[in-house]
Order: sequence, then structure tokens, then C-alpha cells
Amino acid sequence: MNKILRFFLIIVVSSGILLYAISSLNTSQGYSGGNTLTVYNWGDYIDEDLIAQFEKETGIKVIYETFDSNEAMMTKIQQGGTNYDVAVPSEYTIEKMIQANLLIPLDHSKLPNLKNIDQRFMDLSFDPKNKYSVPYFWGTVGIVYNRKLLPDKEITSWNDLWNPDLKNQILLIDGAREVMGMGLNSLGYSLNDTNKKHLAEAKEKLDLLTPNVKAIVGDEIKMLMANEEASIGLVWSGDASEIMSENEDLDYVVPKEGSNLWFDNMVIPKTAKNVEGAHQFINFMLNAKVAAKNTDYVGYSTPNKQALKYLDEEVVNDERFYPSPELTKKLEVYENLGKRNLSLYNELFLQFKMHPK
Amino acid sequence: MMVKMMENNFTRKLYQVPYLLWIVLFVIAPIGLVLYYSFLDIEGHFSFENYGKFFTPVYLKMTLSSFWYAFLITAISLVIAYPTALLLTKTKHKQLWLLLIIVPSWINLLLKAYAFLGIFGTYGIANSFLQVIGIGRQQLLFTDFSFVFVSVYIFIPFMILPIFNSLSELNPTLIDAAHDLGASKWTVFRRVIFPLTINGVKSGTQVTFIPALSLFMLTRLIAGNRVITLGTAIEQQFLVTQDWGMGSTIAVFLIVIMVLIMLVTNTRERGV
Repeated sequence: MNKILRFFLIIVVSSGILLYAISSLNTSQGYSGGNTLTVYNWGDYIDEDLIAQFEKETGIKVIYETFDSNEAMMTKIQQGGTNYDVAVPSEYTIEKMIQANLLIPLDHSKLPNLKNIDQRFMDLSFDPKNKYSVPYFWGTVGIVYNRKLLPDKEITSWNDLWNPDLKNQILLIDGAREVMGMGLNSLGYSLNDTNKKHLAEAKEKLDLLTPNVKAIVGDEIKMLMANEEASIGLVWSGDASEIMSENEDLDYVVPKEGSNLWFDNMVIPKTAKNVEGAHQFINFMLNAKVAAKNTDYVGYSTPNKQALKYLDEEVVNDERFYPSPELTKKLEVYENLGKRNLSLYNELFLQFKMHPK
Repeated sequence: MMVKMMENNFTRKLYQVPYLLWIVLFVIAPIGLVLYYSFLDIEGHFSFENYGKFFTPVYLKMTLSSFWYAFLITAISLVIAYPTALLLTKTKHKQLWLLLIIVPSWINLLLKAYAFLGIFGTYGIANSFLQVIGIGRQQLLFTDFSFVFVSVYIFIPFMILPIFNSLSELNPTLIDAAHDLGASKWTVFRRVIFPLTINGVKSGTQVTFIPALSLFMLTRLIAGNRVITLGTAIEQQFLVTQDWGMGSTIAVFLIVIMVLIMLVTNTRERGV
């Protein structure tokens, strides 16, 4: 017994020493109390120079942490024990976080740079009047295709994918909303349609696509497209720009029938300790020059209208990532359809996957 | 004397505590929760809706195809594993060969799956080989073949081990006796070796068939979601749809099926 007791004592004492060491290290680096700001963002989704610039301008020390899925991020904030001051969820997660009461309303008077954001991207259904969030980056869902493997094919619409020449050539991302949305859009319906008849029609239409579908995969789609495993892929524009930089034969198109418009927005979670600093950080990121520099680094589409002036004309005029106003009108944000309808979407998607080739 | 016995009794009970705690917390409670959730519809109200949904063509077809693939994987594994185990018992450095078969199973399943993505890819090693021998490039990835192949590769060590164990426990004098009595090699195998190692085959079948029934990562990575098993459906219901009720209902059926398989393959060992 004595031995065990001594063992415990040693553990307690050494933990105490370590705790003291950590806190003194943190103080010496300026990580103490109100002077820090914890930012929780997707991996590789900010130009790190900007963090240094922000620290220099405001004297606030930034602790930067990353996540790789909306679900993981939301769970971590929900469970507590964290003190993230700024997070960057996608639009459908923002809606869920508002419902779960996980966000602090923004004080727009502290965000003068909000005027830089394009009005098209403000006041959207997932966050009316931008009470809780401001856009960070946006993008679309579209078709990435290999010009070398498809030399004489021009792909401009969803319906082009149903071409019998494309047998076994298409990779789809494993997402019910994305794939069902493609079916609905190709028929001219909204991708938020909840009419059972329209959904059944879309599923039937998708079944006809089966011979052309090589596989329905997850994140591996990036690697598979870059390795020319297939010539066509249904992807998010963010992934598209990433794989296009790896393989120069790849091109991206937003289908003319319309598609999805997605957002990653900055929010302040309930767990925030430094709400004042969080507003400063968000306002800093909304600065036109800062946003331009960040866009240069990340390569996604910026919602910051003023930032476009500081970007290469080639980038801004690239209709693949900054679609024309007419096309933008046809893009829709995913609405929260409710659990019942979401379940129906998934059920139909499952049936589509099981449809024999 | 009395005191000592009581003490003994007490310590024995004390030793049962970790076991009982384990069983209650990690076996009974989770199964109870799964059962409970299976009676909740998507809005959290009590209903039999999920069970009704399971008996629709979609899920019945899925159950059938899960069974079919699990059967294929188990049968092929057995056909390869039995001769291998037999061979292993006859080699000189048994333990070394056995180790070589076991070592790959220490590597993470996902890692191996990703490796196969490269091997079976259009420009992968397997296709380069096919081209060299004049067959030409084939689509290997995202086919039934690659799915079954990779699954068999993953499950084979689990099939070999129990068979190898029961083969090495086999008393060699029995085989000698059979030979002495004039039995041919095939008869010895059919009438002596195989019946005496049937328990190894049974437990090998169990540890292959049951997990094969609920495979899910491979169905996406290797089969490109062209194979949908009950495991895939459970994953979808929990993570994507967040319909825990339906996910649990499928899980309940999977548990029932597994118990049935255990009962069928687990006839009590009779004393030899």
C-alpha cells in the first residue's frame, strides 16, 4: 500500500510542477488572460503572415487551431472545455449552431469593414441580417473535367454528363445533397425542392446516369481526379482549385442550369473569452487589402467586393470561380429542409447507390 | 477456518467487480441503448416506423447483398486459409512463417485500403503488370473483384490462426494410425484431419463472416459505394442523416443475425 501511495504522490507532485511550468511559459510568451485570441479554422485556410500582422497591429496574441470537419468543430464547441473566440463553420452548420444556441450575436458597430462585403452574399437564409456570421469565403458545386482525356467534349451543363460516350468516366462526391441536387438541377428544379414527385423524378434521372458513374467517393476524389483515374468529377469549387493546381489538364465549370452556392463564415462561439478581440479580428479579416492577400494565398473565391480591386485581373475575371451575375442568380444556398426531408434525400441517395449498373 | 472462507468468498466477489462492470457498461448498456433508439422515429417519438422501413425492398436487398458478399469473402478465405495452415504445420520454422502472416494485420486497415487504391488504380502496379503480360489495362478499382480481393486479404490471417491452432493440437499418432490401417491420403484428410479441426474452421468462419457482414470503409474506398452493406447504411444513418433510430434498427438486425450465426457455428465442443 505504501508503495502505491508513494507512487500517487509522485504523480501529483510532478503534475503540479508541469502545470506551473506551462503557465509560466505561457506568461512569458504573452499567452495570458485577456491578451490572447483563439481562432478555430479549417486546416491551411489562412495566410499565416496575416496573423502576425494582426498581432503587431493590435498587440493581441493569436492561438491558431484547426479542424477538418464541421461536425467535429461543432461537437468540440458543444462539449465545452474550449475557449475558441472565432470559428469558421460552413453555412448549414451555422444554422444548426444558431438553433443549438452556440453563437454570440455580432455587434455590427464594431465591424465597420462589413461594408466591403458584396451585398449578394449578405442577409442569406441561413443567417438573416447576418446577425451571427459574416462571409469568409464562398464557392460553388460543379464539374471538374480533364481536357486531355476528353479532347473534343465541351462540358457546360449537368445534362452533358448523361452522354452515353462517358461510360464509366464519372466520379461523384459522396454527399446526398450534392448528388440529389445535381439530379434536381438537371431537371430544372430547385436543389431545395421537397416535392416528393420531383424528388422521385430526380432519383429516376440519376439512375439513368449509373452506367457513367465509376464510383461515389469521399475526399479521395481529389487524389483520384489528379491521378486521372476518371475524366469527370462532381466536386466543390474549393477542392477543384486545389486539384487543378496539381494537374494542369483539369478544368472546372459551374453548370449552366444552376448549382449550389456555399459559404464558410466567421462566427463567435458561446465559448469565447475575448469577444472584443474576436470583433477586432473579424473586422481585420474584412479589410479589403487583408482579404485580397488571404484570397491570393487560399485560392477560394472572396465575398469581399473591395478586395477584388487588389487581386489579379485574371483571377477576378475567371468565370469558373467568380461566375457571371446571370449564373450567380441561378445558384442556391442549401436550406435546412428539416430532418424528415433530409432523411428522404438520403434514402433516395442510398437507393441510387444501390441501383445496379 | 470460517473467517478464512468468508474472506475467500469476499475476495472472489471483489475479483468479479471489474468483469461485471465491464459487461454492464460496455456490453449490456450499449445494446440496451441501441434497442431503445431503434424504437424512436426521426423526431424522437416512440414508433415502430423504423422496423416497418427495414422490411421494404431497399433494406431487404441490402441485407441479402451483405450476406452474399460476406459469404463470398468467408468462403474464399477458407479455401485459401485451410491449405495454408496445413502447409504451415509441416514447415520447419513454423513460428516465423506464422509471424509473417500475422504482421500485416498489425497495420491499420485504412492504410492498407489506401495502398490498394494505388495498386489497383488505372496507372497502378497491377495494371502495369497486366499490360506487360499483354492483357492490357482493366478497371480493377471500384469493382466487385477488388472489393472481395481486398476483404479476403484483410481477413485471411484471422482465418488461418484458429485453423493452424487446431491443426497443431491434432495428435499425429491418429494420422499414423489411419495410415497404418490402410487409409489413403484423401481419406485421412476427409475422415480424420478435417473432422478433428472443424472447431478451428468454425471459429475462423465466425471471426471472418461476422465482421465481413458489417464492413463499411472498404465499400467506399475500394468498391466506390457500388457495394452497399448494412454497415454502410448504419454509418450513413448516424453520420449523415443523423437518424439514430433507423441506424439503431439496422444495428439490431445485425446483432440478431450475428447471434444466430454464433449459435449455428458454436455447437459445444464434445470431449475427445
